[in-house]
Amino acid sequence: MTKDHQDDTAPPSDIELSVKALESLLVEKGLVDQEAVDALLELHENEIGPSNGRRVVARAWADGGFKRWLLDDPNGAIASMGYVGSQGDQVRVLENTDDVHNLVVCTLCSCYPWPLLGLPPVWYKSAPYRAQAVADPRGVMRQFGSEIGDNREVRVWDSTSEMRYLVLPQRPPGAEGWCEEELRDLVTRNSMIGVEEAQRPATTQTP
Amino acid sequence: MNGVHDLGGMQGFGPVRPEPESEEPVFHEEWEGRVYAMVRLIGGLALWNLDMVRHARESLPPADYIAYSYYEIWFAALRKQLVESGLVTEDELRTGRASSAVSGAILERVMRAEQVRAKPFMTTSYRRPAPGPARFVPGDRVRARNRHPRGHTREPRYVRGHVGTIDAHYGSQVFPDLSADGVVEGCHLYCVRFAARALWGESANVNSAVYVDLWEDYLEAAP
Repeated sequence: MTKDHQDDTAPPSDIELSVKALESLLVEKGLVDQEAVDALLELHENEIGPSNGRRVVARAWADGGFKRWLLDDPNGAIASMGYVGSQGDQVRVLENTDDVHNLVVCTLCSCYPWPLLGLPPVWYKSAPYRAQAVADPRGVMRQFGSEIGDNREVRVWDSTSEMRYLVLPQRPPGAEGWCEEELRDLVTRNSMIGVEEAQRPATTQTP
Repeated sequence: MNGVHDLGGMQGFGPVRPEPESEEPVFHEEWEGRVYAMVRLIGGLALWNLDMVRHARESLPPADYIAYSYYEIWFAALRKQLVESGLVTEDELRTGRASSAVSGAILERVMRAEQVRAKPFMTTSYRRPAPGPARFVPGDRVRARNRHPRGHTREPRYVRGHVGTIDAHYGSQVFPDLSADGVVEGCHLYCVRFAARALWGESANVNSAVYVDLWEDYLEAAP
């Protein structure tokens, strides 16, 4: 449902013109502060994103005490790292194990733990994912190159309320002795949504 | 409402087509970021709540909702809400020029850059006092009621009429069906586990389950 990037020489599209027109109108009326728009976009480009979630997961992998805290009192554990707001205070952490794999979707709109993962990727908000994830999670995961055996239970979490779900992926083998900072590189955003497992050390830069 | 936004279990949309995670920009087009920012900043005026925003989006004409990209849906719903709330007139939308004044009380709430930097996300709490004791506890069998409200609801069609088990009680939280009409009241919220086969029949993998957050008014006791 997304459109291709426009050629730089092409005239602006209708939607670009309409959006510009509305923004100037709202600025003229005093309802929107242009500097606030720029500040918000700059935060999203440079600071907000899945790195917060990565830090939470890597700490849980590296520190068993923090992991127990994260599973028992996710909001306390996450707040201790400074990440709060926009339902970031109503988080439930779902632990992947040898027996259970978790996958998160929002079939009705696009609910997602913004403070931990940033804005959701396009595919997460798209009709194909929202339609299929609840009915055929294994089939969806195959489209990400992930295969979950029938012996593992797949749990799909449909975010229909203001609760927000974060998957705690399994720590991959081969990263024994890695420190928290090194482990962060193995935590992908997709593994915290649950469409993939965390990366294995062989497929990433060895620290 | 039984709208096209209620996508769970629908077929025919094709494959998921993920972009490689490392190559994905925050916004694919500049205008998408501007729409996102306008929605967030106008939302910060607190003239409407999140359920009203969701309802504005899901009540767009169904063909538009399906054809639009994500931020086109946001943009169309924002325009609708600006006019419905009286912040902007149809005439202003058409000409792009301001011809009506905004009240001082609203202008005082306009979000500034320093506020955005200090608090990039809203910190609204959705917890509200309970209307009474919780009817269900974890382990109880419940049926999602076969409701078809014309207004906003967060009970997806694919669970209606089906039996599941209470997984967790999340306390009393804002009830979205009323909140979309501006009535903010608490209702017990539960996470309900449904076996995949209960929802999707025999073709579903036997070792799968779907967990859905459902308010007490959506549920009835099941034998």
